[in-house]
Amino acid sequence: MSAHDEMIGQATPPQGVLARFAAFRENKPHIFLLLLMMAVALLMMDPRTWVLLTISGLAMGAMVFLMASGMTLTFGLMNVLNLAHGAFISLGAFAGASVLVWLSAQASEPSLLINLAAILPALGFALVVAGLLGLVFERLVIKPVYGDHLKQILVTVGGSIIIMELIHVVWGPNEIPVPRPEALTGAFLLPDALPVIGGVALEKYRLIAVVLGLAIYGLMTWIIERTRVGILIRAGVESREMVEVQGYRIRLLFLGVFVAGSALAGLGGAMWAMYREIITAHMGDELMISVIVVIILGGLGSIKGCFYGAVLVGLINLYVGYLEPRLAAVATVGLMVGVLMWRPQGLIPVIKV
Amino acid sequence: MAESILSLSGVRADIDQYHILHGVDLEVPAGELTVLLGRNGAGKSTTLRTIMGLTTVTQGKVRFRGEDITGQPTPRIARKGIAFVPENMGIFSLLTVRENMVLAAVDGPMDPARLDWVFDLFPPLKKFWNRAAGNLSGGQKQMLAIARAIIEPRELLLVDEPTKGLAPAIINDLAGAFEQLKQQQVTVLLVEQNFNFSRRLGQSAAVMNDGGVVWSGQMTELADNDDLQHELLGLGLGEHQ
Repeated sequence: MSAHDEMIGQATPPQGVLARFAAFRENKPHIFLLLLMMAVALLMMDPRTWVLLTISGLAMGAMVFLMASGMTLTFGLMNVLNLAHGAFISLGAFAGASVLVWLSAQASEPSLLINLAAILPALGFALVVAGLLGLVFERLVIKPVYGDHLKQILVTVGGSIIIMELIHVVWGPNEIPVPRPEALTGAFLLPDALPVIGGVALEKYRLIAVVLGLAIYGLMTWIIERTRVGILIRAGVESREMVEVQGYRIRLLFLGVFVAGSALAGLGGAMWAMYREIITAHMGDELMISVIVVIILGGLGSIKGCFYGAVLVGLINLYVGYLEPRLAAVATVGLMVGVLMWRPQGLIPVIKV
Repeated sequence: MAESILSLSGVRADIDQYHILHGVDLEVPAGELTVLLGRNGAGKSTTLRTIMGLTTVTQGKVRFRGEDITGQPTPRIARKGIAFVPENMGIFSLLTVRENMVLAAVDGPMDPARLDWVFDLFPPLKKFWNRAAGNLSGGQKQMLAIARAIIEPRELLLVDEPTKGLAPAIINDLAGAFEQLKQQQVTVLLVEQNFNFSRRLGQSAAVMNDGGVVWSGQMTELADNDDLQHELLGLGLGEHQ
């Protein structure tokens, strides 16, 4: 199906297996690529290893999705390049870790319920601190440079350095170990009776990250697709001016989206902290490479594209890291290059060029 | 002439380094359909955009119901009851027809009776209610654009060249819709190049040239005077249309 047919939306259903396959590849590129990657990986390794790596990849994808979703919205809706996004990830990680250390009595109990009394405040605090910083940051740093990418890059990189140095001032310059709550350590063992994959040990925390990531993806999709605010966000991606002509204050919408995006970065950072169990002020910068790849890969401004992009990045990291560790570093960027050569607009573009 | 709901006095506006409006004086009478005529580049569209606050006024005043709205932000002007249908229609093509209408109803859920009236005016909107607005034809997009402007009662509609590029049958449908709005005494300021359409609908008229209003009065006065048409709108425009 060509782009022209898609616009008319009345193309006849394709005939024949090959044509249907081509149509699937063009219409659902995110699912096609995901299945392709998982199938190729399955051919190259033992199924038990594959299950393990796939779950881990999904967990990493879920966390990267949290961090990237805010940035794809600020870029897609507001056309703002916020290179300080990584600093919000770091700040969330430190804020969450501080609460976990403070509530370490609850966190070290073996009961999940008591652990939750430490985990939920930690994640909530990360969310709030990053969100509040987002509020200040938008008013002070972003607001004067709307519409000017070069200035945005300059001031947000500057802002990023300031935030990271402030983290050093508050928490000190050293790496900080993060105690992972007791109930989230260890693994589930798949029953031995299961064929092929019996006996595989799945880390609990990764499963929880996948569940939480899916829940937030579901919530965001619902907001974007079903609520008035969501309709406004999608409308704003298309034409800021017409949103204002209808009587909505788009600046207020920008601010809300920026705060929500920053808060999600903080949440992702806190989850990443519990995952790696060690944090540094510059962790956000390291994650930004994945985040930027994900938003370009998925298509700017698309939550769905961001989710699939994050999962693809997570999976390729784990698969390649296992098969050929020396290539792990270039796998993420390689994936982006490959996808952009195939679809320069990204997997699910929102902005029609 | 009825009391004017909108008045522009000595309005100057620039786009980048170009002076587009050089002191526009315009009165829009309440409860009437006013047509703004003029050649391409005369500043008609810029006048509408300036009223909406989309172009910055460098000098002069825009008053709406006696209140000075010069330089106010666009959303605030819109909330005072001014709806604007731009030349490119400005519909959100990635949103469905329903979602476009939901956003247009700024005061809350749409009134079902009023929505039925809109569907009566523009039946295709009901048919394609849950389709992406980008898939509509040009005429249907224009219907959606006007439907958005009237889904809630507004004090003033600014409509920029609704007939542009549309087939005669569809132009006729649109004219019917404007006739109904006129009967309800909705105030409309319509920018139009199609003189027949303007003559059929307009009660009062203003003609722009080179960034200013050069003539204003009753539409009948302009419609009945060929010499005046020639002078203001160029040779034989009336006959050609």
